[in-house]
Amino acid sequence: MQLNKTDLKKALFAASCTLLAGNSVAQDWDFDTAIMYYGEADRVQALEGIFQAKKTLKDDKEFSAKLVVDSLTGASANGAVQQATAQTFTTPSGNGQYTANTSETPLDDTFLDTRVQISAQWSQPLAENYVVSTGANVSNEYDYQSIAFNGVLGRYFNNKNTTASLGLSYALDSVDPVGGRPVGLSTMVVDNGQFSDEAAYRSAFDATRQTGGEDGKNTVDVILGLTQVINRQWITQFNVSLSEVDGYLTDPYKVVSEVDASGMATQQRYENRPGSRSKQAFFAQSKYRFESSVWDISYRLTNDDWGINSHTIESRYRFLFDNNSYLEPHIRLYQQGEADFYTPFLREGDAVPEFASADYRIGKLNAYTFGIKYGKKLKSGREYGVRLEYYNQASQDVGVEAPGGLNSLDLYPSLDAVILQFDYKF
Amino acid sequence: MKKIIMLFAAVAILGVTGCSSLGVQPWERDLLATDEMSLSAGATDLALDDHIYFSKEGTSGGRGFAGGGCGCN
Repeated sequence: MQLNKTDLKKALFAASCTLLAGNSVAQDWDFDTAIMYYGEADRVQALEGIFQAKKTLKDDKEFSAKLVVDSLTGASANGAVQQATAQTFTTPSGNGQYTANTSETPLDDTFLDTRVQISAQWSQPLAENYVVSTGANVSNEYDYQSIAFNGVLGRYFNNKNTTASLGLSYALDSVDPVGGRPVGLSTMVVDNGQFSDEAAYRSAFDATRQTGGEDGKNTVDVILGLTQVINRQWITQFNVSLSEVDGYLTDPYKVVSEVDASGMATQQRYENRPGSRSKQAFFAQSKYRFESSVWDISYRLTNDDWGINSHTIESRYRFLFDNNSYLEPHIRLYQQGEADFYTPFLREGDAVPEFASADYRIGKLNAYTFGIKYGKKLKSGREYGVRLEYYNQASQDVGVEAPGGLNSLDLYPSLDAVILQFDYKF
Repeated sequence: MKKIIMLFAAVAILGVTGCSSLGVQPWERDLLATDEMSLSAGATDLALDDHIYFSKEGTSGGRGFAGGGCGCN
């Protein structure tokens, strides 16, 4: 390949950096900030901010710290089926009620939370051809706390053209749901005036709450990774990951409707999921530099012992312009099969299963994202970007026959969201 | 699962041994050293996306740790 003068200068600079055995001097702090708005039509609205600081120290040592704050408001589908008549539900706390109108997806509009996450990561060369990275993060939200540790060991081969890595992560989460953890598949108590007084209602509500048992979960992740430089313009990455989760994996705020032969919901049962989950994933990524563009394409395959499998294809194509700006269209396609215990509703008269959930997120679904990002590098290394994306998620029919009036209602509603993000590096 | 491990093992063996002819010399890393060719380019975007999809879909991880740390799913 013929090198022009600029390419040659760059090549010589890159070579001299490499031959000097890495960076021997400390650099200033680099800051990476972003704010993102996520909004679903008539449902959840989220605002998330990220502030990250990174410092490269002598001898290629690197320290970074990150603060993430996000705030959620709005309504979230509670799992119950639509009905031809209005429905009333008890809020998670048991202190109030919310309703769903005729032919409306029942939404719990008491959804409100703020989450703060702080993380730190340290990485450094360990010996010739080895690099190690270790970190921790803690997060806190109203009903959920998490602490996690991770470590990654990397080994270079073939002139650093091949990197093999092994990563481990352990997360310890605790859940303290509003109103307590419901007894799995117990019936939601709704005060329709049948109770003699408040104490009688409260006693019935409390009987649907767990008093002991598991109130947290542990997650162990292992990732084996391989990065391979193919040529001057092409780099690839392959990961295999295993994840073992044990503990309380049920969503305490979701219910499953029990319907009779006419399709009418006779009661709402709190969902119940298994207490463990084993997940596997394969991830492959290719990044190719063309004359004035970069194509990043990736594929992910996952499956788990809940029966959920998924395929994700993602493409980012960055057009590089002469004025140090870029335009990057983004496409993401996602397909997921449903969990074994997913069901849009339960049938009255059937035996109540051990596990059941009508949470659309573990149902069968197809989703796509289309987006575009514009970014520009400014003088003195500053950079800003703006990103706009549209996300559509369509729940799919899992082949359960809908009795009576349920036939004419939307059992598998879709979801649309808009994502808007600004980021700034300095 | 076996298929996934075998597929990865095949790729890993190819990568570490059979593909030693692949790659570049240290002085040919000019393009690979640019920000946009970094595999973690746009890390902030990826982190934000991970959070969205973690809370809206049934699977997570792959690129990085699947992890916990959020009561959103």
